[in-house]
Parts: sequence; C-alpha cells; structure tokens
Amino acid sequence: MSRLQVVSGKGGTGKTTVAAALALALATEGKRTLLVEVEGRQGIAQLFETEALPYEERKIAVAPGGGEVYALAIDPELALLDYLQMFYKLGGAGRALKKLGAIDFATTVAPGLRDVLLTGKACEAVRRKDKSGRFAYDYVVMDAPPTGRITRFLNVNDEVAGLAKIGPIHNQAQAVMRVLKSPETAVHLVTLLEEMPVQETADGIAELRAAKLPVGRIIVNMVRPALLDDTDLELTTAVPRTAIAKSLSAAGLGGARRGGLAERLVDPLLQQAEEYAERHTLEREQRAVLTEQDLPLHELPLLADGMDLAGLYELAAELRTQGIS
Amino acid sequence: MSLNRARVLDVDPLLDDPKTRIVVCCGSGGVGKTTTAAALGLRAAERGRKVVVLTIDPARRLAQSMGIDSLDNTPRRVKGIEGDGELHAMMLDMKRTFDEIVEAHADPERAATILNNPFYQSLSAGFAGTQEYMAMEKLGQLRARDEWDLIVVDTPPSRSALDFLDAPKRLGSFLDGRLIRLLTAPAKLGGRAGMKFLNVGMSMMTGTLGKLLGGQLLKDVQTFVAAMDTTFGGFRTRADATYKLLQAPGTSFLVVAAPERDALREAAYFVERLAAEDMPFAGLVLNRVHGSGAAQLSAERALAAAEDLDSAAAENLDEARIVDQGDGKAGLRNSPDTYDSSESPASETPAPDGSDEGSPAATDRIAVTDEHQTATTDEDRTAATDTDRTVEQLTSGLLRLHAERMQLLSREQRTRDRFAALHPEVAVAEVAALPGDVHDLAGLRDIGDRLAANRPELPETTLEPGA
Repeated sequence: MSRLQVVSGKGGTGKTTVAAALALALATEGKRTLLVEVEGRQGIAQLFETEALPYEERKIAVAPGGGEVYALAIDPELALLDYLQMFYKLGGAGRALKKLGAIDFATTVAPGLRDVLLTGKACEAVRRKDKSGRFAYDYVVMDAPPTGRITRFLNVNDEVAGLAKIGPIHNQAQAVMRVLKSPETAVHLVTLLEEMPVQETADGIAELRAAKLPVGRIIVNMVRPALLDDTDLELTTAVPRTAIAKSLSAAGLGGARRGGLAERLVDPLLQQAEEYAERHTLEREQRAVLTEQDLPLHELPLLADGMDLAGLYELAAELRTQGIS
Repeated sequence: MSLNRARVLDVDPLLDDPKTRIVVCCGSGGVGKTTTAAALGLRAAERGRKVVVLTIDPARRLAQSMGIDSLDNTPRRVKGIEGDGELHAMMLDMKRTFDEIVEAHADPERAATILNNPFYQSLSAGFAGTQEYMAMEKLGQLRARDEWDLIVVDTPPSRSALDFLDAPKRLGSFLDGRLIRLLTAPAKLGGRAGMKFLNVGMSMMTGTLGKLLGGQLLKDVQTFVAAMDTTFGGFRTRADATYKLLQAPGTSFLVVAAPERDALREAAYFVERLAAEDMPFAGLVLNRVHGSGAAQLSAERALAAAEDLDSAAAENLDEARIVDQGDGKAGLRNSPDTYDSSESPASETPAPDGSDEGSPAATDRIAVTDEHQTATTDEDRTAATDTDRTVEQLTSGLLRLHAERMQLLSREQRTRDRFAALHPEVAVAEVAALPGDVHDLAGLRDIGDRLAANRPELPETTLEPGA
C-alpha cells in the first residue's frame, strides 16, 4: 500500500471530497494520516466544517477505531521560507528575499518552483520520522491539482532537475522524483460517469503512464442509484399510459381518468424515465471506457442530502468496504 | 414560488447591444464554462453579430463541432451558422502566443536567444499562471484587430482563473522590483565587475540565489531576463492595456456555476473578486438546473406510494386480475382524486385543481365509467392481465426516480437560495439541465435557447414542491 496517495480529477468531480474520505478511511484502526491541500482553496476546512487551515499540520478528525486525520494547507510562499530555513538556515535572508520580491517571483512567476515546493513538502511529510524512527504519518493523502495538470505538476521536479543541473535544488528535485516515481506513490483519478470527465481521465492516465508515474485507481464519484433496470426501461415504451395511471391511482395518487391527478403524473414521470434512459446509456458507454483502462475501478454513491461531514464518514466506510484501504 | 427569487439576467439584450464588445466567462472547473462561452457566441452570431469565441481547453468533441480541433492559434470561421452573423472560434495555444509576443518585441537575434533559453522554454510551456497571462494577451490581440463585433472569452479552469486580473500588476511589480535589477545587473554590467556597484545585501542575494538555484540556472535566468529586458516594456504596456480593456464599459463578465455547493461558493468568490477589481460584472449563469413536470408530487409522497406498490404488489396481482375481469369495477381501485392534505396543502391545491378537489367522489365515478369504456376498446385490457405485476413494479420505479429528482431539485433550490440571500444584487440566468453532453451546433443552440429562456423546462411555480 503506497504511503503517498495522490488524488486528482477533473474540476467538479469531487476530488477534494474523495481525498478527504480516503484520508479518513486510511486512518481507521489507529493509523495516522495527513491530508494535504495544495491549491489554496480551503476545501478541506469547509468539508470538515472547521475554520480555515493555517500552514500548520493540525488534527481535524478522529477516524473510527481511534485513528487520526491531520490536515495541512500548503502555502507556497511559507513553504519556500520554511525550506530556506531548513536547508540553509536563511531566516533573515529569507525575509530580505521576500522584501526584494524574490519570494513572490519564485512562487508565482518562476516556472514550476511553486509546484516544486508543493510536491517537496508532501514528500517531506511522507519521509518524516519521529524520534523512535517510526514514520510520522502512516499515509499522506494529497488533494492534488486537476487531471489536466497533474502529470506536469508531479513531473515538475524532473523538469527542474533538468533546468538546475547542479546544486541543492537539483538534488532536492531528484529526491522528490524518487519518491513520486516509486511504488511509495499512487495517483488516483476521480471522475464522474460523464463524457468529458471520463475522456480527461483516460487522457490523464495515458500521460501519467508516459511519464512513468504510478497510476493507482479510478474512483467514480457521485454514482446515481440504478432505479430502473433494462426491463423497466423497455416497459416504459410498451406499457399503455392508462395502465401506469391506474397503478399510480392504486397507490393513492389520485384519479386515473383523463385529467385526474394520477393521470397527469404519467407524462412527466415517463419523460423523466426517458431522460434516465438516455443518461443510463451514456453512463454504460463511459463505464466501458473506464473498464478499458485496466485499473481497479471503484464507485461511490451520490449522497441524496448533499455533502456534509456525516456523508464524508459514509464515503470513507464505503471506500473501506471496497478494500481501498 | 421563492420569495427571495434572484434578479433575472437577460442574455439577449446583452448579446445584442452593439456596445457589448467583450464577454468574459469565468468560474470553477466542471461547470460548463466552455460550453456556455460557445453557446453564447453561437447565439450572438445567429442574432446577427460577428463573433469570435476564444476557448482555452475545450472538450475534444465540442472543439470538433466548431471545427477548431486543430490548434493553430488563429480564429477559424465556424460553418453552419444560421442568419447573417458570423461565428469564428479559436483554441488558445499558450506557447505559440508567448513566442509571438517575444518575436513581436525583440529583434530576431535577441528573439532567438530568448526562444532557445531553457528557462524560457519551461516558462512558456505552461506552468501554473502562464495560461492566464496568455489568455488575456490573446484577448488583447483579438480586440486590437477590431475585426469582430463581439469577443467571447473562456477562462482557464482553475481557482486561479482570476489570476489574469493580477497578471498586469504582478508583472508590473516584478518589473519595477529590485529583483529584476538584481538579476539583470551582472549581465548588463559585464559580469562580476558590476557587482561592486550593488550594495552588500544585493550581492548576498545573488550569492544566495546562485547557491539555491545552482550557478548554471541562475545564469539561464539572468540571460533570459536580460534578453527580455527590452521586450518587458512592451509586455507591461500590453498587460496594462488589457486590464483597462477588461474594466471598460464594453466588457461584461459572466460568472458560470452549477447549482452545487462548491461551485456556488467559488462563484461567490468570483463575484466578490470582480467587484473588488471594479470589473463590469453582468451576472451569474447557473447551468444544469433540474426541473420536473410533476413537481406537485413531493419526494416523500412518491416514495411512500412506491412502497405501497411494492408491498402490495403480490396481492394486488390477484386482485387486479379479478377486478379487471369484473365489469367496470376497476374504478374501485382508484383512490379519491386528492392527495393527503397534511403533505403540503399550499402547493398541491392550486386554484385550477379546485374542481377536482371539490367533489372527488363524484368526479371519480364519472371518470371510471369513461375509463372503463375506453379500456375495453384498447390494448389496456390485454396488457392488464399479463403485465399488471410488472406495471406496478415499473410504476414504483418511476416514482422512486421521481423522488430522486425531487430531492435533487430541493437540494439545488436550497443552494441557490443561499447564494441569492448572500448576493441579492446578482442577476441570474438559469439553464435547464440536459441529460447528455453537448457536442454539436444543435446542442449549443439548444443551450443558448435555454440560457435565454432563463428557467428550467418548467414554470417556476413548480420549483417549491411541498416544502
């Protein structure tokens, strides 16, 4: 089981939710996980219903069985100062650099340095050990940038190592790449059963594989329940409307005669069934595309009441049931 | 009907107004931003304007539908447009846009130095941020050509999508900053000899940077910055001009979202950010809003009915047969034509239904006779005996499907209401959800119609089911 679990996915697929549920799932049974946010959206804080996370590892949840989930929102600027301090004892110089605008330059304009810092920090947490030589965290789960950017994001250190051919940045970049390209890392992709996210997932997997980054699992999120099966869908066109009206009426929904309350439900209900059928067909096609990827495929249900903390624990339990942790 | 119903955003007047020259669509990823931009462009073109749509990263089939799947950084005319207008579309090529700026602002020799610089090559190939700069640069270029009545721009799909607003400022502070002087100094002044003119702090900085980056990378950066030095002025002027262009009256920003918590939270962020930057904000496009033709039937009621049907299915099977064989007694199984009044009296007893509700028994009896007469003459009779069991199951499924839809509806409604309460000033255009994806002009046209119709497929009275 890889210790660095990277969760990516197209925007809107719920990758932050899945990352958080995964961190919870991995923390059960007394384990300790770190959930890392890299895009400054404070999505984790919102999900766990806590105040905005500072640049500091902080316990945000207790998992069933006594495990703990810590969270960290990485601020690239602070990470750079942190890094300078750690490697060069450059406390004062760091501040001077900041005044000069170098930190701003480094974290916004300089190519990739921002991503180097983000991945670097995550890898540092993966490798960190406490005094007794035990890993500080059993697992680190990263809520990573979206699928379209993930390969470049994770591969940035390769690029940087190529740009800075010697020196500490070069060494640091290579050390990070060693973690990211090893079985210590698994990159999971979250998708919906819709055309665009699935296409992007397939493209993302191809890119990750080409870059020799370890692809983990595909997690289909927000799967709607299968409420009508194929027989039902066939019947919607075969069964006379009057029969459905009668059935509705029998269930206490009003009169089945023309214009009666039950009768007036028939058309809209069949219309909804038609839409369901269309979506059902699309979903089947998309599921087939995902199956072709030859990766473990998981599905998480759409939560009827929307996403909240209880829902998060529900998804974590589901992930455990499916053997993802 | 919601009391706090948001103001309505009317897109047609916006698209038709000759003074509208730029429409910028922004929003978080996965909300249908590119599709919205394309649909707006198509609609404006078919309403007679000459439009160009600048997309950042369209889904393949959407790009193909507009004939811009080849990425050549030039607007191509889209075929199949109805009416007198024109639609052109292009997909942004970041690297090429960057290269073009360099080529436009530096002499050939210097341009070659820059283009071959490894630092530049990484920068231009699209690290976070480059896309935002280049999208705005391209917008500036398109506007400067003045060939189109209207430019519709899609923005990069990230939280940092509004980084383009910062781009001119960031570039400006960088160019004015001491860092750039520091970086350019050694190269300008001929290497180390120049260093003595700098203060001690600065030389310590170059030392630090050298140590950090490695000498060779620092040299690459310095060469790059030095070579870019002359072109930076041009960069900055352009960035400033683009920023002003965005603020100008001819520009309108649309924030695109879906009725989901996260997407609307991001939308709120965009709305606040645009206000803070004094950008002309037109309103919110809310995609994928669901409706139901049977919104008078609440989720709870539908589920209860489905359970009735399920649990009674077996015995009803026998009963149904008997009843259907009996003469005209089918009607006995009809329930009175009224819903449990405890459910939601307000929404389920609207005025037009008054006659139904008034004397359920009487109307029902009449209806039964009618029904029986028609039933014996059509396929209903044979269907009833063979498939009654299945019909009940099917009906139960239909009701469960409806319950799911109603739950979705009320969740969306809650999310929208929360947004409207926080931002009552924001005009909203709602776009009814489609069951599938859009990948042709007909689909885009449909989206445009839905955008302009500004409501889910159903009247808004149905939006508040038994709440």
